[in-house]
Amino acid sequence: MANKRQITERTMHTLFFVVASASIVMLFMIMIFLFMEGIPIFNEVSVKDFIFGKYWYPTSEPPDFGILSLIVASLSVTLLSALISIPLGILTAIYIAEIASKKVGEIIKPMVELLAALPSVVIGFFGMVLVAPFLQNIFNIPTGLNLFNASLMLAFMSIPTICSLSEDAIHSVPNSLREASLALGATHLETILKVVLPASLSGISTAVILGMSRAIGETMVVLMVAGGAALIPESIFDPVRPMPASIASEMAEAPFRSAHYHALFATGIVLFIFTLLFNIIADHIAHKYKQVGEATL
Amino acid sequence: MSVSVPSLQRRRNFLQKIVFNVFRLASLINGLALFIIVYFIVAKGWKAINWTFLTQPPVDSMTKGGILPCIVGTLCLSIGAILIAMPIGVASAIYLNEYARPGPLIRVIRLGINNLAGIPSIVFGLFGLAFFVVWLKMGVSIIAGALTLGAMSLPVIIGTTEEALRAVPDTYREASLGLGATKWQTIYRVVLPTALPGILTGTILGISRAAGETAPIMFTAAVFFTPIMPSSIFDEVMALPYHIYVLATAGTEIEATRHLQYGTALVLIFLVLGMNLIAIIYRSRLRKRMQ
Repeated sequence: MANKRQITERTMHTLFFVVASASIVMLFMIMIFLFMEGIPIFNEVSVKDFIFGKYWYPTSEPPDFGILSLIVASLSVTLLSALISIPLGILTAIYIAEIASKKVGEIIKPMVELLAALPSVVIGFFGMVLVAPFLQNIFNIPTGLNLFNASLMLAFMSIPTICSLSEDAIHSVPNSLREASLALGATHLETILKVVLPASLSGISTAVILGMSRAIGETMVVLMVAGGAALIPESIFDPVRPMPASIASEMAEAPFRSAHYHALFATGIVLFIFTLLFNIIADHIAHKYKQVGEATL
Repeated sequence: MSVSVPSLQRRRNFLQKIVFNVFRLASLINGLALFIIVYFIVAKGWKAINWTFLTQPPVDSMTKGGILPCIVGTLCLSIGAILIAMPIGVASAIYLNEYARPGPLIRVIRLGINNLAGIPSIVFGLFGLAFFVVWLKMGVSIIAGALTLGAMSLPVIIGTTEEALRAVPDTYREASLGLGATKWQTIYRVVLPTALPGILTGTILGISRAAGETAPIMFTAAVFFTPIMPSSIFDEVMALPYHIYVLATAGTEIEATRHLQYGTALVLIFLVLGMNLIAIIYRSRLRKRMQ
């Protein structure tokens, strides 16, 4: 009897371990298939020409496969959106965690969660039909579908990530620190700025990086709102074509396993590497500066 | 000195008041953004909603008619995705929370999950195309789309399940083990039933997330238009998010179908936000009961 139980025990343990490895397996499969379909493009262009080539004319004869303008577009929308989402996200997190009464916090928190739940295609649609004409009138520019509009929409997609992760970080700061600061005569504000924020800095940095990682990988918003011109932008009101937009809009027309098809997969590899880097940096910060009790501050 | 202390104190308090209002303003902006987006979609979309819109397929090259095939397609895809992701996700969370001991192995698994969560949706789309559609020869189909969405929802399910498992007090486990139950019996009979409401909440969130995704299904499941309802999991389908995108960017008459676009967007956010709201309310009640 006991023996049978032990066998069940061991089987279940192994079974759960095998299933838990599914995520790792999936990650590797994604890499393998991306590379399998992306690498063949490098028979046509060198890695250097692909990444630093300024011209993306995949359907011309002969075609040009240079994705520099797509990379620059992705980085610029991400950075510009971060300028909006970082302050808004962190300030909101501080407000919920430190200042708002419990009741107010319980209203704002679900609102941020619902903001995160809005489908990206709806935000893209909103940016396209309402924000774009608005920007066009206000700034008197040829098109409202541009870098600035895309960044604005992306910002509201990364705010929830930045806000909720920052809030967790702020919550994990031990109360004794706050009490000590207040007891020394510091105001509530001074306590937040000089004690709570420094103590939760690593968690907030992780939040910011993950928020930016979400922005750089977001597809529908940049596909519908960024304007789609594969040019290196000179102003924030220029239309751009970030990497995900290029993949999403061209894959349907690229003939199966043509150079264009492989080039789009290779663009996917570049995008994948960017987000992987963001995630590894975030993971590194989270573990290296992990707060264990109060002694590590 | 003794004179300046009160005035310094006043200045500090004044500064605090101003800065706190800046914080308050920031959180208001978020709420306002949500409100404005939902308001415009509802205000412009509700006129398009009627019985025909909800129960008929599109007609006249998608300039008239309804969105029934899109609703059905989105339900098939998101429920299919969760049927795939839930068993794997829950089992992974059980391993991580109940069996695994801290060490390099678990660190690697967690790193894998975190990275999976960070992969852009369009990259999942590419993977689904290369692996499910082409390599496994599933073609553009519900099953290929559901598998792709399932892979994408996995980290969400693992995360919410882990939270639910962590909320089960250790005393429950100790009591069960103390009565002579094995670990598996404890998990199956004590831990899982207690954590079930939390796991279901996570599942609802997972379905709603999957229902709103566009990029992963663009190459794997969704098509511009199909006149027939799906009859098997190997059929291609229409889907709400993709329908919005198609009508708004590539339709034959973008301006003329504006009301249909708003209507479809309204149905989609009604589905997604509705599920989220249920999950959020349910979870906050659950948390209160736990305390």
